[in-house]
Amino acid sequence: MSCCSSYKFDEAAPTQTNKNPLSVYDKIQEDELRAASREIEDQLLQTDFVVPDMHCVACITSIEKKLSVLPHVRKARANLSTRRVSVVWDSEQGNGLEAIHALDGLGFSNSLFTGEDQLSDAMDKKGKQLLFALAVAGFAAANIMLLSVSVWSGTDIETTRFFHLISGLIAVPAVAYAGRPFFSSALQALSVKRLNMDVPISLAVLLALGMSIYESINGGEEAYFDAAIMLLFFLLIGRYLDHMMREKARSSVQSLVQLTSKGGVVVEEDESLHYIPQSEIEIGMRLRILPGERFPVDGTIIKGSTSIDRSLVTGESASISANAGDEFEAGVLNLTGSVDINATSDANNSFLAEIMKMMNAAENGRGHYVRIAERMASIYAPAVHLLALVTFIGWMLFSSGDWKTSLYAAIAVLIITCPCALGLAVPVVHVIGANRLFKEGVLMRDGSAFERLAEIDTVVFDKTGTLTEGKAKVVTLRDLKEKEEALIAALANHSSHPLSKAISQKLSQTNLPGLENPVEITGYGVEAEYEGGKIRLGLPQWVAELSGHVPNLNNAITTAFCVEGKPLIEFQIEDDLREDADVASEQLAKKNLNVEILSGDRQTAVAAIAASISIDNFRAGMRPKDKIERLEALRQEGHLALMVGDGLNDAPALTAAHVSMAPSTASEVGRLASDFVFTRPSLLAVPFAHTIAKRTENLIKQNFGLAIAYNCIAVPLAMAGYVTPLLAALAMSASSIVVVANSMRLNFGDGITSASVTAKPAQQLETAVQ
Amino acid sequence: MNHLVVLIPIALGLGLLGLAGFWWSLKSGQYDDLQGAAERILEDDDELEPKP
Repeated sequence: MSCCSSYKFDEAAPTQTNKNPLSVYDKIQEDELRAASREIEDQLLQTDFVVPDMHCVACITSIEKKLSVLPHVRKARANLSTRRVSVVWDSEQGNGLEAIHALDGLGFSNSLFTGEDQLSDAMDKKGKQLLFALAVAGFAAANIMLLSVSVWSGTDIETTRFFHLISGLIAVPAVAYAGRPFFSSALQALSVKRLNMDVPISLAVLLALGMSIYESINGGEEAYFDAAIMLLFFLLIGRYLDHMMREKARSSVQSLVQLTSKGGVVVEEDESLHYIPQSEIEIGMRLRILPGERFPVDGTIIKGSTSIDRSLVTGESASISANAGDEFEAGVLNLTGSVDINATSDANNSFLAEIMKMMNAAENGRGHYVRIAERMASIYAPAVHLLALVTFIGWMLFSSGDWKTSLYAAIAVLIITCPCALGLAVPVVHVIGANRLFKEGVLMRDGSAFERLAEIDTVVFDKTGTLTEGKAKVVTLRDLKEKEEALIAALANHSSHPLSKAISQKLSQTNLPGLENPVEITGYGVEAEYEGGKIRLGLPQWVAELSGHVPNLNNAITTAFCVEGKPLIEFQIEDDLREDADVASEQLAKKNLNVEILSGDRQTAVAAIAASISIDNFRAGMRPKDKIERLEALRQEGHLALMVGDGLNDAPALTAAHVSMAPSTASEVGRLASDFVFTRPSLLAVPFAHTIAKRTENLIKQNFGLAIAYNCIAVPLAMAGYVTPLLAALAMSASSIVVVANSMRLNFGDGITSASVTAKPAQQLETAVQ
Repeated sequence: MNHLVVLIPIALGLGLLGLAGFWWSLKSGQYDDLQGAAERILEDDDELEPKP
């Protein structure tokens, strides 16, 4: 357990964007923090932070200790499962920023936890109710079973009656409490004139209970109390597993969600600054955007210049320079300089909002996917009712009107067909499958995603950020002389631009010459004086002014360097392929899946990437709308597609596709739109998840097969009237155990993994520890 | 028969006691952070820290 040893506790984390030297921004941030807090008592506020890097007890203890010693903090509690820290503090005696600074000081990146409180509370409550219902059913089932076993092993008639009476006294309240999830769902289905699996379940349980009560009162010898309550117990296990998996999937993705721009800083006419939430931004407001922040709404720059990363919008990784008068969409990232913008939209009409609307439209277009369990239920439920009815009528005719015998036979059919095994068949496999994926760094957001993933025949990749890492890297540095190299490295160190950083990483940092008057000119590059002449690094056109030659500029992302009076030196800058992209595409092709690339980037860049991982089918220059149209066209041709993408521009396509996947580095919207999120850098997660989904589908089919085979034997017996309570109890347990045991096989026997094949051993170790 | 009248209520009572215990543990949030609870075993108690 040394997962935390890599932390340097005394080092401040440089990653936080919300740590600003200006106190006015502290004030603004404090407002934001208070807005996200819950008031639990007078002056006492509870604030939740998402701390994704908490791993073990050392992290928990250090966080709780550090926060608890702050004078205004009343309570600090870390939750390792949800990776959240909740802090209760006195709002009169201090500010909440100290908590953020304390976390920063420990080296934990953190963000405010906002929103979705009501939803998660409701989920939490439902989970607890299910768990307690399960406990009640378990308690009742165990006690009734004890009494039933005594009866089966032979008791005199008085003891039998006495035991039945006690069983009834336990069973009635237990069924009334533990059966509620089923009864309410059955009523709901019936009220809209539909049948679901809960209808025959409720019917079987209630009829069995009613008949047993009647029998016990009238001194009969057979009672089905144990069958009724055991049925509920097994089915509740299935329900709870299903719920637990959804809850886990939801919270694990949520903990990855980092705070993005939830508001903006307004510049008033007297130059004072206020933080306001996104919803209160109006057209015409003057907003200040700091470096590292995203535009909260669409806007035109009115003051300052900077470079802007529009990758969220276009998918292209190159940043562009921006000056007063340029207009940008909400969601673009301001990289280098602080700018003031004039809001040209409010939050409801911004580019981001448009994307959201497109996603909603696409979601409706997907059509409601019917889950396999529901499809089974739609066949199974009527069949069960029909069988019971046939049994009743058959017995009425056969026994010439003995309604009691006929009714008992019909009830026996209902109990015996009741889908214990079916109720467990799907959730157990899904839980095991999801756990398997989780261990390999793939998070699942929806149970039906497995079923949909198993059906696909086409895989559609986005390029930037999905097939590539989304970070600029220098690919060509032509034979540089040693002196030039040193000059470039020295110059690049004076700039905070991502391209400069990429260049400086590529060059050796020894024997750097001293430069005079280095200045970074936002939107152009860096300039300095060296031995009396000027040198520049940056935008080729601008750098070329020094050489006197008009450069031969092509479309590729380039940057250039020049010493005054000497020829221009150009750098080709491109994205790196994501780890194992080639292996992954090869594996997918081997599974007979069509692989396609849809990218918003330029033709040449996409062609180069496609060629390097041998994918023939690619389309470049696709806007979000075009991507949806392409997916729609695929659907028309009868293909079901898996969309793998990351950007905001992919989000509508992720929603429109049959099933979707995103890397955890994706934009927040992209992650929330997709069914699976993979947290490891390697792209092998895609074929891995597909293999697991296929195996899951097979196991579910096998489970259904087993359940049906069991029914084929048990139903004729029940119809013939041979089923006793003992036989019913045995059959129910045996079929459930067989189904669960079969599902467990998903854990073994394939030896596949999503771990990178090319990663260095150290990296693999790291991911394994996580 | 007589001993059953005594033993069965005792058995049921103990079962109910367990159920009530579970209800309490659920309500007091002991299932909220299972992963954290497992790790906290390793936490050192403040009282036991050696004095400087």
